[in-house]
Amino acid sequence: MAEFKSNSKLERILRAGHFAFTGELGPPRGSSVEHVREKAKPLKGNVDLVNITDNQTAMVRMSSWAASIIAKEEGLEPNYQMVCRDRNRLAMQGDILGAYAMGINNILCLSGDHMQFGDHPGAKGVFDVDSTQLINMIKKMRDEGVFQGGAEIEEPPKMFIGGAANPFAEPFEWRVHRLAKKIAAGVDFIQTQCIFNMEKFRTWVAQANDMGLTEKVYILAGVTPMKSVGMAKYMKNRVPGMDVPDEIIKRLQGAEKGKVADEGIKIACEQIEEFKEMKGIAGVHLMAIEWEHKVPEIAERAKVLPRPVV
Amino acid sequence: MIVAERKPFDEISDLLAGYDKILTVGCKTCVAVCLAGGEKEAALLNKELMLARKVAGKPVETCAALVERQCDMEFLAELDDIVDQYDAIVSMACGAGVQFMAERYPTKPVLPGVNTTFIGVNRDVGWYEEKCRSCGNCLLGITGGICPITMCAKSLMNGPCGGTNQTSCEINKDQPCAWYAIYQRLAGQGRLDNILKMTEIMDWRNNVPRTIVQPGYEQRKAAFSDK
Repeated sequence: MAEFKSNSKLERILRAGHFAFTGELGPPRGSSVEHVREKAKPLKGNVDLVNITDNQTAMVRMSSWAASIIAKEEGLEPNYQMVCRDRNRLAMQGDILGAYAMGINNILCLSGDHMQFGDHPGAKGVFDVDSTQLINMIKKMRDEGVFQGGAEIEEPPKMFIGGAANPFAEPFEWRVHRLAKKIAAGVDFIQTQCIFNMEKFRTWVAQANDMGLTEKVYILAGVTPMKSVGMAKYMKNRVPGMDVPDEIIKRLQGAEKGKVADEGIKIACEQIEEFKEMKGIAGVHLMAIEWEHKVPEIAERAKVLPRPVV
Repeated sequence: MIVAERKPFDEISDLLAGYDKILTVGCKTCVAVCLAGGEKEAALLNKELMLARKVAGKPVETCAALVERQCDMEFLAELDDIVDQYDAIVSMACGAGVQFMAERYPTKPVLPGVNTTFIGVNRDVGWYEEKCRSCGNCLLGITGGICPITMCAKSLMNGPCGGTNQTSCEINKDQPCAWYAIYQRLAGQGRLDNILKMTEIMDWRNNVPRTIVQPGYEQRKAAFSDK
């Protein structure tokens, strides 16, 4: 077996052939360490890796690297998210070195939601590099030991590099090519957008399999349990890039009073069961938005416990 | 062309507080085409100024002048004989014109009458669209003649982001997704190969003052420097 690219736990889990199960933690809109510790508790032992979001939805939050360190102290494996919106290549590389120095081994490279969606719509967007270029920049830092500008790095950061994919947005036929570009740029794992349209997702994975892409990258399928009919409608109509079929909304509407959230979890668990068997899918990324405390129950019901120890 | 917008009247009025003799200079080129700083707009601004100052009991004397291009020193020379008669100049040109005028008359306050907004096209009378960020590294040859730096809200160089909504941009349903359009254009031309390869990180060296000297004119520039 080839050498490990990083000292990331996620890499060890995936390389060993385990079905990965990852979660998410949104840092607070303040400097409360306790807030992060509280959110970390239900995730510990139930997921392999926790995405620490970076000024999610263009709202200022505790920085991803800082919250990652707190999460790590709580025994979680953080996935440090980095968006291209807020910093240029100098700041990015500096933060990557710093994060690695503090024991962070996973990074997720994202474009970031546009400034217009957050509470600082007048902010100057940076977008010095895009997400594909960020992946490539980190790969060169790690594998070639050079900064983007060409200078040598004394101790290269050995990061496990992640990227995102949205299998649903138009032009649909281009989506798999964008995945291919991220792979060529050097991505190690992919977490997808929340999946609700399973039929479209199957088509996308089949394309990726046909092109041999799933042999080159670990794909974790994005799952979000719906808490309510309102949430499903909001995601369908208001959240860019989401594809929520009407059947999902109808199914939630058909649930007994007080049982809608339970139905949402049930749908998520059915999806996870299917992903376990799906060729080309290496795991699930659970985005239980502001629902961290439900993760143990979802993990239990999705039969992904206990998590492997590697 | 460069597209500009007239500054709000109150802002111009505040800039001019304290000056009683004002020369308003329009520019015949880009800002005239986009109806922001040509002859008509300069005259209109003067009328507004005079009326407002009359109401305020502080009358003002104005004069409107017009030059072919404020970004060209030889046209500015036409103003040399009259500038001294005024306390301040309002330049209705783009930011380049304002700065060139301020350079020519360094002892005179030269104030902007418009906000320079973008490099764009004339879609119809009164309707202009941004098309170029003058980044200095044109990608149009590989992107089917659609600029992702300008037309993508995130200036992405490797395809549409996950936020793209059907065929529109995540920021606004009325804003087409640049990468959707690039994909369609290239697919129609059988040139998708253009965007399958990763586009490398850009050299954004456009945030230092840039100068271009066409070959053949270098000696001329050197002569200027010697002066």
